[in-house]
Amino acid sequence: MESKYLIEIAYIIASTLFIFGLKGLSHPKSARNGMNLAAMGMLVAVVGTLLHHEIVSYTWIIVGLLVGSLIGSVMALKVSMNALPQRQAISLAFGALAATLVGVAEYMRGGAELGSFKMTALGFEVLFGSITIAGSLVAFAKLQELIRGTPLTFKGQNIFNIALFTFTIGIFISLIFSPGNEIMFYVMIGLAFLFGLLLVLPIGAADMPVVMSLMNSYAGLASAATGFALNNNVLIIAGTLDGFSGFILSILMCKAMNRSMTNVLFGAFGGASEEQQAIEGVQREVGIDDVAVQLAYARQVVIIPGYGLATAQAQHTVRELAEALEHRGVIVKYAIHPVAGRMPGHMNVLLAEANVPYSSLYELEQINPEMGATDVSIVIGANDVVNPDARDNPKSPIAGMPIIEVDKSKQVIVLKRGKGRGFSGIENPLFFKPNTGMLYGDAKASLAKLVQAVQQA
Amino acid sequence: MKTDILISSLYVFALAAFLGYQIISRVPPLLHTPLMAATNAISGISLVGSLVTAGAEHSTLSTILGVIAVIAATINVVGGFTITERMLKMFQDKLPSDSPKDSKDKKEEKHS
Repeated sequence: MESKYLIEIAYIIASTLFIFGLKGLSHPKSARNGMNLAAMGMLVAVVGTLLHHEIVSYTWIIVGLLVGSLIGSVMALKVSMNALPQRQAISLAFGALAATLVGVAEYMRGGAELGSFKMTALGFEVLFGSITIAGSLVAFAKLQELIRGTPLTFKGQNIFNIALFTFTIGIFISLIFSPGNEIMFYVMIGLAFLFGLLLVLPIGAADMPVVMSLMNSYAGLASAATGFALNNNVLIIAGTLDGFSGFILSILMCKAMNRSMTNVLFGAFGGASEEQQAIEGVQREVGIDDVAVQLAYARQVVIIPGYGLATAQAQHTVRELAEALEHRGVIVKYAIHPVAGRMPGHMNVLLAEANVPYSSLYELEQINPEMGATDVSIVIGANDVVNPDARDNPKSPIAGMPIIEVDKSKQVIVLKRGKGRGFSGIENPLFFKPNTGMLYGDAKASLAKLVQAVQQA
Repeated sequence: MKTDILISSLYVFALAAFLGYQIISRVPPLLHTPLMAATNAISGISLVGSLVTAGAEHSTLSTILGVIAVIAATINVVGGFTITERMLKMFQDKLPSDSPKDSKDKKEEKHS
């Protein structure tokens, strides 16, 4: 009996440490200490759990812990910062898998004897769990480019999805009244998995920040539901914190695109381009030397990174360019749009990796008032987040989305791989403005040439 | 299952939700990626559920499920904390006061 209280004390300590840990993330200075506290909390919780009276054999536990630690640390140490979104997606799937399997095992144990409360909790656990597994795996496949990033749609998709969802919930409700119906339990898991697949397949890669946050939220809720099922408070607390974090992030991401959650989830955004007006005008191509001179004699330069920076792995070269400019007395700032990249905050991490001090990273609201006083903006692999149509054209698919107003700066240089419309398929009038110069080609190569040219200018 | 357990669980849930909202809204966008990795690691706490399932020897199948769950959750816990630390280290190394020195060092390297 005593071990029970020891475990509860361990869980209280763990919960407190988790909360302090997340609180530390309110500032980069306190973040590392905070995470150490959280990791300690995890250790306390695990050691406490090992005292559980139901545990009779430790062999498999030790094997599992060792294998998991090995895979986990190798993955975490080997993954490049450019591939963070993929890693996050796959680890969401792992987390959800753990919750789902525990749910299934609990169900096998309880079966028909499960009370309606426990059945409800288990139901939520496996539902959120299997939706997250499927959704995260699709997100992973899209990010890793195993499948096409463009939305996959078919006719009547939304109606089919809603029907599928309703049917799954129907089974869930029937299970609460007759938990003994084993086949239905597994059918429900299968349908939820299918729903997860169909939910994320139609979502374009550019909307991945929302999907990632949402899956984050579901994975957390699955853990919280596990806590309800096992009557375990530390699970409820940690799961809820995770769930809410994901939820808040998804709302922030939606706001940053001026779109509702429903629109992101069911809009199949950026699909086959509809009747879009082709923009009149020409894109002006510029040469490295011209750009270098403009940059070298500018007073303030703002760099706007997008996902293209990550794919070109150009963050270090950007830093070199900034360094060369700063050496000449040019003020260099970075403007980060909340949805730049494939997960929230991805650009900040990439630039931090390239030794860019975070004091020169600016958020949308901070940098926009300064754009008028900026001599040159360099857009690197970003498109929608600088599309003036979002502000000017109410008919644009991205109308109302807050943008970084690069078109207000005196000169704009756009680094782009080719002349195509880019990922979302939306025309960008910025590229046709007279003060915009296009620099085609691999961003990293162009930037390297610019560094040399600026040093010689 | 007794109702009072449900009620107390709901209390914990409601308070954690409120607290989560308060804490997470204070995290700056700068740290959103580390935040996602960190909360992912913390929600790997479902490990404690998996541990009991893996060690309880209810049935072979449930042990197998438990062990897979332990592996998956441990990957998240260990991987999540490790990668969060990797990211945060990069942020911390360049506190504004250190950064000029930092870049000077770099330049010296280049000149030599």
